[in-house]
Amino acid sequence: MPKTKAKVTDDSSPELMIVAKGLTKTYGDFVAVDGINFEVKKGEAFGLLGPNGAGKSTTMKMIASTSQRSGGELTILGKDPNQHGPEIRAHLGVVPQQDNLDRELKVWENLMTYGRFFGLKSAWLKTKIDELLEFAQLEDKRNVKTEELSGGMKRRLTIARGLVNEPEILMLDEPTTGLDPQARHILWDRLFRLKEVGVTLVITTHYMDEAEQLCDRLVVMDKGKIMAEGSPAELIKTYSSKEVLEVRFGSDNNKTMAKQLKGIGDRLEILPDRILVYTEDGEAALKKILAAGMHPITSLVRRSSLEDVFLRLTGRTLVD
Amino acid sequence: MSTIHKNWQGAAKLIDPTTPMRWGAFYVAEFRIRGMLKWAAAIVAFGLGNPVMYLLSIGVGIGAMVNNSQGSHGIDGVPYLTFLAPALLATAAIQGAMDEVTFPTIEGFVWTKMFYSINNTAISSKQIVDGVMLSAMARCVLQVMLYELILVAFGALPLASLPILTLASLLAGWGFAAVMLSVTVFIKDDDGFFAIVGRFILTPMFMFSGTYFPLAALPIWLQWIGWVSPVWHATDLGRALSYGHKVEPWLLVVHVVYLAAIGVVGMATAYPQFKKRLAE
Ligand SMILES: Nc1ncnc2c1ncn2[C@@H]1O[C@H](COP(=O)(O)OP(=O)(O)O)[C@@H](O)[C@H]1O
Ligand SMILES: [Mg+2]
Repeated sequence: MPKTKAKVTDDSSPELMIVAKGLTKTYGDFVAVDGINFEVKKGEAFGLLGPNGAGKSTTMKMIASTSQRSGGELTILGKDPNQHGPEIRAHLGVVPQQDNLDRELKVWENLMTYGRFFGLKSAWLKTKIDELLEFAQLEDKRNVKTEELSGGMKRRLTIARGLVNEPEILMLDEPTTGLDPQARHILWDRLFRLKEVGVTLVITTHYMDEAEQLCDRLVVMDKGKIMAEGSPAELIKTYSSKEVLEVRFGSDNNKTMAKQLKGIGDRLEILPDRILVYTEDGEAALKKILAAGMHPITSLVRRSSLEDVFLRLTGRTLVD
Repeated sequence: MSTIHKNWQGAAKLIDPTTPMRWGAFYVAEFRIRGMLKWAAAIVAFGLGNPVMYLLSIGVGIGAMVNNSQGSHGIDGVPYLTFLAPALLATAAIQGAMDEVTFPTIEGFVWTKMFYSINNTAISSKQIVDGVMLSAMARCVLQVMLYELILVAFGALPLASLPILTLASLLAGWGFAAVMLSVTVFIKDDDGFFAIVGRFILTPMFMFSGTYFPLAALPIWLQWIGWVSPVWHATDLGRALSYGHKVEPWLLVVHVVYLAAIGVVGMATAYPQFKKRLAE
């Protein structure tokens, strides 16, 4: 029988599924993950938000216990992956950034094959596959060759495959990158449902809307380091203002206009194509600008997002 | 609410990790053999067809000329077919085992990347190596037995020699497959690999290994190819086991030790390299 997991002694505090302390990964001289600390609690959806190259996938591979850390401590389900990789992986579900389904196999065969690697019996897997296909909305694709599926369907199949062992933690590396908006929304809905069964989700993304939608708590990563941690609302509250006024004066004029905008709002960010005015009241800020005789080509008031948090923390935009 | 929710037990209850930790290599072999079964008809057809073709063209055709010019003793004091049969068997064993490690390894790392998804389950990199090798050995046994069937039917192999010849062929197949595993794990894409290995390593290896004529008939500066070739070691060993071809006892030991040694070195290289590549 599986050994019982190390529980936090105090019963009122939640069970820790993942604990990383000073977690580091180097490739030669290059530091891909630079001493990061975080904890993931049972049942939460935990996010790693950061641009390409931040070290998200590298972190995921270390948690998935296939890539060995170069330094620091890592405990997953109470175990050290360096010693107990197969045991940990037996209880994880992994959805890698790149779908690596067997293209030659039919949809149901992909699930069957994968399930066998956990030592699950074929007879049990037969019913499980029905459930998984229903969950992934792929029932009518059961006998289709995997290479004939659309991108969104492949992604859902990869997720279904990651669920075949009913994992305690499901790791999703950029689950919706490359999908159209409708396919993304279907996927988000599926992932929400998983939380209802108590699966802990670890999600990487470079989409701030995805992070806001899916994650209870997240860390913002850049260049291998964690820049900030909290719930989406907390992060926005701490690092940004309530509203943002976006004004455009035409690319050539933004820099010069920025000087005149000083003093309006709490803070300004000057981007190549627009100026962001961080303020508690966007409409009021816009009125002030107009009253001062400035005439932006376009203006837009919106609420702050994680994109603004990232901009504040790194001085760069998340998606370029 | 979907049924997935109702029946959910959770991995902690559902999965006992000790099962895959014990049987993982067999799961991988099962996966590979399922893949092979798609080609089962071709494997059996070539397994039976190739030896028939070789026996008819080279064995009977060239054999007639050889037997004519050498007198009734042929080469080595036996009919040419008898001389040729152990070589065909060794070649088939090595070829069959090799095919089932090289293609699956490139497929697993490059084409479908299935090795990475297998490694995301409870299966370890070592179990992947072992499973691929196990399935290659299954293919090797099948190939050897099909050849033996035909060779015995043509009267080219004595029935009593089959058990020991089968073992010797498997040793040769395993040894060379292990070497190929440790090489193929480095392939980043398939471009040109098989062409280069085929032309510059495999073809000379099969041509200059005393397959169709004794190695000693070659000029000494070509004989070294045979000495390093597992095909020659397996062929020479097979001839001794089949019709009692005279081999110095120390050389018999060398044949067995050489084939075992390349296998051990191959596996010892493949294990860490698979682990390293899967961690990428
Ligand atoms: N196997 C590897 N060898 C060398 N460098 C790597 C390797 N994998 C990732 N990197 C580098 O590490 C950095 C982080 O990569 P990654 O974790 O994939 O980032 P992300 O998933 O956030 O886009 C990148 O600069 C990448 O080039
Ligand atoms: Mg990535």
